[in-house]
Amino acid sequence: MSALNPPIRPEYEVPLLPLPPRETERALPLATRAWQQAWLRRGLILLVLAGLWEIVARWQDNDLLLPTFLQTARALVEGLAGGELLERTRISLWLLSQGYAGGVLAAFLLTALAVSTRIGRDLLATLTAMFNPLPAIALLPLALLWFGLGRGSLVFVLIHSVLWPLALNMHAGFQSVPETLRMAGRNYGLTGLRYVLRILVPAALPAILSGLKIGWAFAWRTLIAAELVFGASSGKGGLGWYIFQNRNELLTDRVFAGLAMVIAIGLAVEGLVFQTLERFTVRRWGMQR
Amino acid sequence: MATITTLKTEPLLRVDGVSLEYRTPRNVVRATHRVSFDVHAADRFVLLGASGCGKSSLLKAIGGFIAPVEGEIRLAGEPVRAPGPDRIAVFQEFDQLPPWKTVLDNVAFPLLASRTAGRREATERAAHWLDKVGLSAFADAYPHQLSGGMKQRVAIARALAMQPRVLLMDEPFAALDALTRRRMQEELLALWEESRFALVFVTHSIEEALVVGHRVGVLSPHPGRMRAELNAHEFGLDSEGAGFQAAVRRIHGLLFDEPAAQDPGPMRRTA
Repeated sequence: MSALNPPIRPEYEVPLLPLPPRETERALPLATRAWQQAWLRRGLILLVLAGLWEIVARWQDNDLLLPTFLQTARALVEGLAGGELLERTRISLWLLSQGYAGGVLAAFLLTALAVSTRIGRDLLATLTAMFNPLPAIALLPLALLWFGLGRGSLVFVLIHSVLWPLALNMHAGFQSVPETLRMAGRNYGLTGLRYVLRILVPAALPAILSGLKIGWAFAWRTLIAAELVFGASSGKGGLGWYIFQNRNELLTDRVFAGLAMVIAIGLAVEGLVFQTLERFTVRRWGMQR
Repeated sequence: MATITTLKTEPLLRVDGVSLEYRTPRNVVRATHRVSFDVHAADRFVLLGASGCGKSSLLKAIGGFIAPVEGEIRLAGEPVRAPGPDRIAVFQEFDQLPPWKTVLDNVAFPLLASRTAGRREATERAAHWLDKVGLSAFADAYPHQLSGGMKQRVAIARALAMQPRVLLMDEPFAALDALTRRRMQEELLALWEESRFALVFVTHSIEEALVVGHRVGVLSPHPGRMRAELNAHEFGLDSEGAGFQAAVRRIHGLLFDEPAAQDPGPMRRTA
């Protein structure tokens, strides 16, 4: 009987003395803290990639097929210093921002309609199912017929490439807003556009941001590809046209410089614009880690 | 004489024969059937029932989120048709606070959104109520940095800052641990002592109903019908005695349709 019972042990109390401060909080070592900087880790990755490129290109030893990293860097600096590359980039970016803004606006209107009415939802679902798989480049011949050679056609295909993926993401984001949050918003008497702007948009911001990123990448791709296709017939082309022209003249280092510019702008927008936007919104609010 | 008395005790909120239904893809299901009750000014009315008895749906109907298929809900004589800032709800879920607003902005948000107050007044009122719930130090924190109990305190401060005609609480403490729940009940009663707001409180805990409520409406299991209305104003946070035990037993019997005299056995509180 007594073997089944645990022993009864004496009670005790311990007075709590204040802890010395360094027991509760310690600074991490410098190397650990430095390694926590994303830009340092990413910079290192870029450096390693550039090194690999340099090695492979030297080993290949064929400037026409694969110029080295240093040759490309030189061509890039020359192009930037000469002003030609900058001008081409400016033309491309200006077109891009017009198409992007148009696509974002259209996506917002379409999704706002889709969250407020059932027929709007069906419209969005049908349209995205129809047009999202359609490559923007496939629309380019048609756009050229409608809007002629020039800015109009490019902006049209850009809007097409941004609108559908963004609308899909935005709508998915709106639909995943928790019911409690929706009720809280309506509880304050928010309705219509005010409700969308003050509750749905911030609550769906992670999805909207990811849609904006995808839209941005699609727009860039479409623009460069479209310029490659029909930049030849347009008087003043952008970056895609710069790449096409230099390929025709077999200036491969300049082709690479043009490509590097595309990549650099992509990295800059991702790193500066989107990362900053995320840091000040969804990460700060704890909606995304 | 009689008319004067009725005028004086005209209820603030009148739920009159309210039936609620919800749709599944196949059929229409009745959530509550002809439920009636009155809530007076400064009343603490508790809706008690097993899960699925439609008590939360009733609260949402008072909030204006669900329209009754039968009957009527009147707030100060006006029929309730849509959600509005005169009935602020505190939900059980912790995600009721917009995560993109700081604690202070969260409390000020309904004041601004409903255009009840300007930015300055809203901030002042928000700060005042944050102080009341003891969260002044966290005014600039974001909701994700708070614990569950603190989030519920913010939600309560946010609701009270609006000074609604009726405060609606849908199992606000159910997702909290027992110690925090107890403290939140104390704080809610202390806030009521100060401001004397009208409260409709939904719970499935008999003890919580008796502690929080002046009057307890006991709903039958699905579909919810009003089984009884009991007075609980004599019970408080320190109630432990035989009277409290008897009330618990009585409600238990009402909820599960057992004769009240039966010994509840495992229901007896050990504390």
